[in-house]
Amino acid sequence: MNRSRKLEPYLYLLPAVLILAVVFLYPLVEVIRFSFLDLRAWPGTFVRLANYRVVLRDGRFYESLLHNVELLLTIPVMTFIALLVAVLLHEQVRGWRFYRSLLLVPYVVPIVAIGIAMSHFFKLHGGLNQLLELVGLGFLQRQWLVEANWALPSVAVVIVWRELGFGAVLFLARLGSMPEETLEAARLDGAGWWRRLWRIIAPELTTVIEFYVIINVIAMLSQIFPYVFVMTGGGPGYATWVTELYIYKQAFQFNMMGASAVVAVILLAITVAFIVLSFRYRERLGEQYE
Amino acid sequence: MSRGAPAAGAILRGAMGLVRQAALILLSLTILYPVYYVLSSSLKSRVEYAQSQVAPPRQPVLYNFVRVFGTPNFLRWFGNTLLLTVGTLLVSLASGCLAAYALSRMRFAGRRLVHNAIISLMVVPPIAMMIPLFVLFSRLNLVNTYSAVIVIYSGMLLPFCIYLLRSFFITLPEAMLDSARVDGCSNLAILVRIVLPLAKPVLFALLVVCALWVWNELLMALVFLQKERFRTLMVGLTLLKGRFSVDVPLLMAGMSGAIVPMILLYVFCQKYLVRGLVAGSLKE
Repeated sequence: MNRSRKLEPYLYLLPAVLILAVVFLYPLVEVIRFSFLDLRAWPGTFVRLANYRVVLRDGRFYESLLHNVELLLTIPVMTFIALLVAVLLHEQVRGWRFYRSLLLVPYVVPIVAIGIAMSHFFKLHGGLNQLLELVGLGFLQRQWLVEANWALPSVAVVIVWRELGFGAVLFLARLGSMPEETLEAARLDGAGWWRRLWRIIAPELTTVIEFYVIINVIAMLSQIFPYVFVMTGGGPGYATWVTELYIYKQAFQFNMMGASAVVAVILLAITVAFIVLSFRYRERLGEQYE
Repeated sequence: MSRGAPAAGAILRGAMGLVRQAALILLSLTILYPVYYVLSSSLKSRVEYAQSQVAPPRQPVLYNFVRVFGTPNFLRWFGNTLLLTVGTLLVSLASGCLAAYALSRMRFAGRRLVHNAIISLMVVPPIAMMIPLFVLFSRLNLVNTYSAVIVIYSGMLLPFCIYLLRSFFITLPEAMLDSARVDGCSNLAILVRIVLPLAKPVLFALLVVCALWVWNELLMALVFLQKERFRTLMVGLTLLKGRFSVDVPLLMAGMSGAIVPMILLYVFCQKYLVRGLVAGSLKE
């Protein structure tokens, strides 16, 4: 009886741990091993650092990584707009419930569906150029997804469109749990709207803003495959390749599983490093407040 | 007090109100326009679409929908996605509830370690696991099976499920569970009869968030379900893209078919989606 009591918690954990071991633990160990193997014929031959050399000499790898880094620029934009929207809605302007409902509409729209639709919207004779013509901005017309300089920003616009609402809803919820006196005091102080936003509201939201920024950094580094896959397929040329696409193409188009594993390991290392650093930073911040 | 000052204040406040409304209306249009673009394009004939993509449909037609739903396998893809959703939700919620209960309501060696390890998996990029999983499942002859993808999806969702469920389970008063224990209830009975009924709102929120995630997933579905009849809706849509690149309204009808159900789900489950997203983020 006593013994089975002791085992009971582990039995409860067993199904979840088994699944997690198959889906995370085993692959994470294997992907590191794979990065040292030539996998064109199973079970692969040990090739030391050959795969690493291939990747680190491949211009496409650096270009892909650079695009992930460039996409980080969407984060300040999204955070700023989301914050503004949240504050506006928190003041319960007329119709705020309706606006609040709209915020998450993009979030429930499948990336694949909207991405494919937008790939037509951005075409030379597509909706965007027709709209520009209509409002007298015809000189801005271009082939948004075909011109190398504009393809990634166009994809970024769709990312911002889809991911922005989550931030606004998050900030709004946090504002809702904020003591009303804090805001009221500021209002009585005669602090202007803008000043209130930056001096009083934004600092109160520090933790949730940090959280939003952190998950978006992770998303921009490692979860934008569907956007580029359906909108541009990486093109024109390599203009919208990102690390995920590099991994996918090396493995399934060029049969270079080893090189693919190398980039997976690098991406993993970047993510882990980022998470560790951001936790250190938060701890330091915590000490300062105490 | 002169009468001018309050009046000027009121005007200023009124102007500010207008600016705010204008900003929010602009935001709403930006949010809705792409969805409108897809829906309105899918209601146009090819001729009308060629004439103008931005004008609303003058003579709305439904035959794009009829044709796209009639393309081989389209409805099958729907069914496949539905099957994966149900399977994934069952596996991840059942195993997630058990694990979250152990992590919140039982004492055992290594509890903290297991908990932290599971939570930290939330930030691991799925693509990092893709290649070894693919090699593993092809050697086991499990590529092109639903069960393989259900296991993968469940694994990817489990850390979040466990995190969210545990953070709810620990808020339940110990005294309530103790009294059940005194009555001779086993842990499983307590979980099923007391904890889960109380957790209904959380479970439902989790259900919505996870269903949305499965419906959206592309990468794993692309790699692990390669035969046409096993395809999920998202992968199917990417095939349509190539097939109907010259018949855009038809393509847009396909996209609408994937978008509209999710918007309907959202309309009915908004409260739960918001709760799931926010609860997962605000608790530390």
